[in-house]
Amino acid sequence: MSVLGPDLFLVIAAGVLIAGGAFLVLERSLTRVAVGLILIGNGVNILFLITGGPRGGAPIVDVTPEEAMADPLPQAMILTAIVITLALTAFLVAMAHRSWQLHRHDEVQDDLEDRRIARLAAIETAQERGDIGIVTLDEEAAGVRDETADIVEEHWLAEEDVR
Amino acid sequence: MLQLLIAHLAAALAAPALVRWLGRRAFLLLAAVPAGAAVWAITATNAVLDGREPTVSISWVPALGLDLVFRVDTLSWLLVLMVGGIGSAVLIYSTRYFSARSSDLGRFAAVFVGFAGAMLGLVTSENLIQLYVFWELTTIFSYLLIGHYSERVTSRRAAMKAILVTTLGGLAMLAGIVLLGHEAGTYELGEILTAPPTGAVTSTAIALILVGAVSKSALIPFHFWLPAAMAAPTPVSAYLHAAAMVKAGVYLVGRLAPGFSTLPVWQAIIGVLALITIVHGGFRALRQSDLKLILAFSTVSQLGMLVLLVGSPFKAGALAGLALLGAHALFKACLFLVVGIVDAATGTRDLNLLSGIGRRMPVTATIGALGVASMIGVAPFAGYVAKEAALEAIIDDQAALAPFGWPILVVFALGSALTIAYGLRFWWGAFATKRNVTASLEVVRPPLLLVAPPMAMALAGIATALLPGLGETLLRPHARTYPLGEPGHLAMWSGFSPAFQVTLAAFAIGIAVFLARHRLSGWRIPWPEQWDGDRVYRNTLRRVDQTAAATTAVVQRGSLPFYLGILFLVVVVGALPGLLTAGVEANLWLGTDVIVIAASIAIVAATVLAVRARRRMKAVILAGITGYSTALVFLVYGAPDLALTQVLVETVTLVVFVLVLRRLPIYFSDRPLVASRWLRLSVAAVFGLLVAGLALLVPQARIHEPDSADLPTTAEEFGGGKNVVNVILVDTRAWDTLGEISVLLAAATGVASLIFLRHRSTERPRPGSFEEISGKLGASEPDPVARLRRPRHDEAPTRRASWLVAGVTLAPHRRSVILEVAVRFLYHTMIVVAVFLLVSGHNAPGGGFVAGLVVGIAITARYLAGGRYELSAAAPLQPAFLLGSGLFLAAGTGLASMIFGGEVLESAIVRWTMPVFGEIKLVTSLIFDIGVFLVVIGLMLDILRSLGAELDHQGDVLDEDGEPVRQALEPAKTIVRRES
Repeated sequence: MSVLGPDLFLVIAAGVLIAGGAFLVLERSLTRVAVGLILIGNGVNILFLITGGPRGGAPIVDVTPEEAMADPLPQAMILTAIVITLALTAFLVAMAHRSWQLHRHDEVQDDLEDRRIARLAAIETAQERGDIGIVTLDEEAAGVRDETADIVEEHWLAEEDVR
Repeated sequence: MLQLLIAHLAAALAAPALVRWLGRRAFLLLAAVPAGAAVWAITATNAVLDGREPTVSISWVPALGLDLVFRVDTLSWLLVLMVGGIGSAVLIYSTRYFSARSSDLGRFAAVFVGFAGAMLGLVTSENLIQLYVFWELTTIFSYLLIGHYSERVTSRRAAMKAILVTTLGGLAMLAGIVLLGHEAGTYELGEILTAPPTGAVTSTAIALILVGAVSKSALIPFHFWLPAAMAAPTPVSAYLHAAAMVKAGVYLVGRLAPGFSTLPVWQAIIGVLALITIVHGGFRALRQSDLKLILAFSTVSQLGMLVLLVGSPFKAGALAGLALLGAHALFKACLFLVVGIVDAATGTRDLNLLSGIGRRMPVTATIGALGVASMIGVAPFAGYVAKEAALEAIIDDQAALAPFGWPILVVFALGSALTIAYGLRFWWGAFATKRNVTASLEVVRPPLLLVAPPMAMALAGIATALLPGLGETLLRPHARTYPLGEPGHLAMWSGFSPAFQVTLAAFAIGIAVFLARHRLSGWRIPWPEQWDGDRVYRNTLRRVDQTAAATTAVVQRGSLPFYLGILFLVVVVGALPGLLTAGVEANLWLGTDVIVIAASIAIVAATVLAVRARRRMKAVILAGITGYSTALVFLVYGAPDLALTQVLVETVTLVVFVLVLRRLPIYFSDRPLVASRWLRLSVAAVFGLLVAGLALLVPQARIHEPDSADLPTTAEEFGGGKNVVNVILVDTRAWDTLGEISVLLAAATGVASLIFLRHRSTERPRPGSFEEISGKLGASEPDPVARLRRPRHDEAPTRRASWLVAGVTLAPHRRSVILEVAVRFLYHTMIVVAVFLLVSGHNAPGGGFVAGLVVGIAITARYLAGGRYELSAAAPLQPAFLLGSGLFLAAGTGLASMIFGGEVLESAIVRWTMPVFGEIKLVTSLIFDIGVFLVVIGLMLDILRSLGAELDHQGDVLDEDGEPVRQALEPAKTIVRRES
């Protein structure tokens, strides 16, 4: 197999697409996130193409001789990815719209529940947990009582208590 | 054997119902089950002695070579007797000990019987894995028993302590078991012990197993869970200390000692820990004022003695250990039950408050005296016989023990002396009349069922001691399997031997300590406080909590950019070492294709501009440019299907954005993340660089033929198609495609449900049938050219459907008649093209995805030209119907091929000749492709209906100022107000 490196221009294009997409995805605006995902999607698809084998003709029998064909398997995967990206974009954009309807902006808010957990954790770190206070065995023992029968009232072969 | 276990299980399951039905009397019934185990053991005595050990073997997991094997030899026999006998005695005692109105008695009974069953299984297991299962079962049951009063902090904490410590040990033990089993090649105890493996791995395994045994048997440094476990009800304490749980550790030591007690690691662990535990437990017992705590620390000390003896490699020591094991079970259970009686009668266990109890409860005091006598080793009690034998053994084997013989003897004697001291103090504390304590306690006579069980044990302590020869006969078979020394003997009197002299000395010291107890009360063992097991446990627990809390606080910030940034960095950190050390020469190749170079430059430029864009629309269009350029690259790289799909998808994406962005502000809002901009930029840049590096290296790292090497041939032969990509989608990898169209369906439904707030109407909007809120769409907007328009005769809405629906539904200034007409003419042509692409897709570029997208674009064009009424005229079908039937067709093809005896989703090729058309070849995967086609149309239609028509509708509801009415955008209830 001829070991031919990938097209340097495409490598740069894919890298720039993915870096730009990653930067946008790290934003809060959902529209920017959606655009970022489209960029990442295009970058990954190019990545697929150049890592999927050497360049060739269309993988259609009788159109291209078999040995000159491009590898069809990565192509099928890319095709799937393209359509999924469309569905994902539509969903994200609908979400952005919904967010705008409700809050008049389309920004991803921080998860308040996670914030609360983090705050609680910080409080706990600051103060020792209440129920692991140091209690001596004797103090513990003094508090331990079983729900015993009242022996005073019972006799050698006591009848079962009336319930 | 197996029947006994099943009986325990059944009794445990039935216990709650029994207790509800019979009240406390149910304990009597349940006591029969462990009693049955004890009786079975007695009937099996001869068989065990003769070496005809009862064995049961059931195939469990044959594939792993795991069988359920139960075998009862002498050691197991002794333990079964203890577990069953003391278990039933404690259950009988419980009938009178607990108040009839105590909480959760049913659960208590169930867990107790289950615990007894787990112990039974543990001591009869022949397979180590099986033993481990029962071992952990006892841990869980003991957790439930110790935490019986679950509403109390003390109980919960004690239970947690017990389960954490013993499970930690159990895990170490599991590792040890696996190592040992691997080393020996079997998990059967019998086989392992007949040919014990040696070597470093075995030593490690044994050390790990001993960690388990020592934690269960509450030896230092794990001893602290046992005194804390006195939070359990007293009957449970009696059982835990005497026959169950802690005895499991002793059992395991005694089980493995014949094979491994000569290993240095074994002797170091057992010797050091046992000796420290003997002294530590004894001293602590001396200083407690709670009767139960005295007994708890006494158990710690005695467990040290038991493990020391049973874990020794000497036959005589082992025999003494087994005798002490039995004696300890009898007197310790007896004493705990006695404490329970005192506690129930007086309401306290504090020896500083108890006074004159012996005079008022003479029977109980006598039983207590018998128990203490056995514990401290007075003749003629079992404890005496066992301890004498132990001393004899230690003295006789001095030569073999050197240089540790003397220390061991001294510590053991010291332990005996301490036992005598705290034993006497225990009885004195519980029953004696104290001058300085004025107690006003009622005279009570405990019921028979409360007194009988401890009495029986105390008497059994005498009975076994009076027949030392019988004990020797019964226990000898196991002791003989130990590797070193001469067989020992059990005797009541063996002369004025050195052992007897040591005993006398121990008594002298013990009595002296007891008499000087007041003066010694302030005396402490010099033990660094931070080394105290309990304190270490608490600190560890707290640190784990704090670490977890701190980690959560750092990691879970609830910020999506933060999470995603971490994801990117993890990819970088994970892949970078591989990239740097790949050792593949990056073989650069500057493409010479002008189109690729141009497309690449366009992509780079558009990406940079898109990232910098402040206008939403600008960013979207620039992203679209990268998409179209990518399509160009696909075309050059021999992927016409991809290029086609990419162009169509890019167009649809633009439409989707435009539909939504008309509702959003033109500019992105102020960026809240501006501060971290450079950080995010560098993360993104590093990530992009990494990907580029991978793209350079991966193609040259390929060492195998591609999987798809013979796909072109098979595609035509089996898939009946020439377009290999399409055959992959609808045949070779049809499962993947099925999954993908399911995702499309989910996304379409998601989009619709985000937009249709109130309900998803099944009725299509039709001119006339729709509520005529504002006449025509957009009619409320000012029309700057209204005066230029000629008055129209068809101003009034008509119910008759017209060729151009927009004429009656759109305001004149929003219409473009030329566009409407052009689209109307083009529409059917596009549909025909789509159908052609669908049908020909198997042999030429095209297929379901592409065809569906073309139809989608045709409908989109109709909608854009004519508004939402035009949309329903163009596509008179519900998107849900299209999505559903598409998925049904695709999945149905798979099912059909299965029904006809093929693989799921296998294609069949049908050929026939038709006049005019010639030979027709139909591949069944076309039906699958039609399913894909319908799903894609459904997705498109759902997007248009939601983001297009429904947003139009919501926007049409305007107030006087021309602003969209807020209520129309809110869900459900505000709308109801408007409509009513």
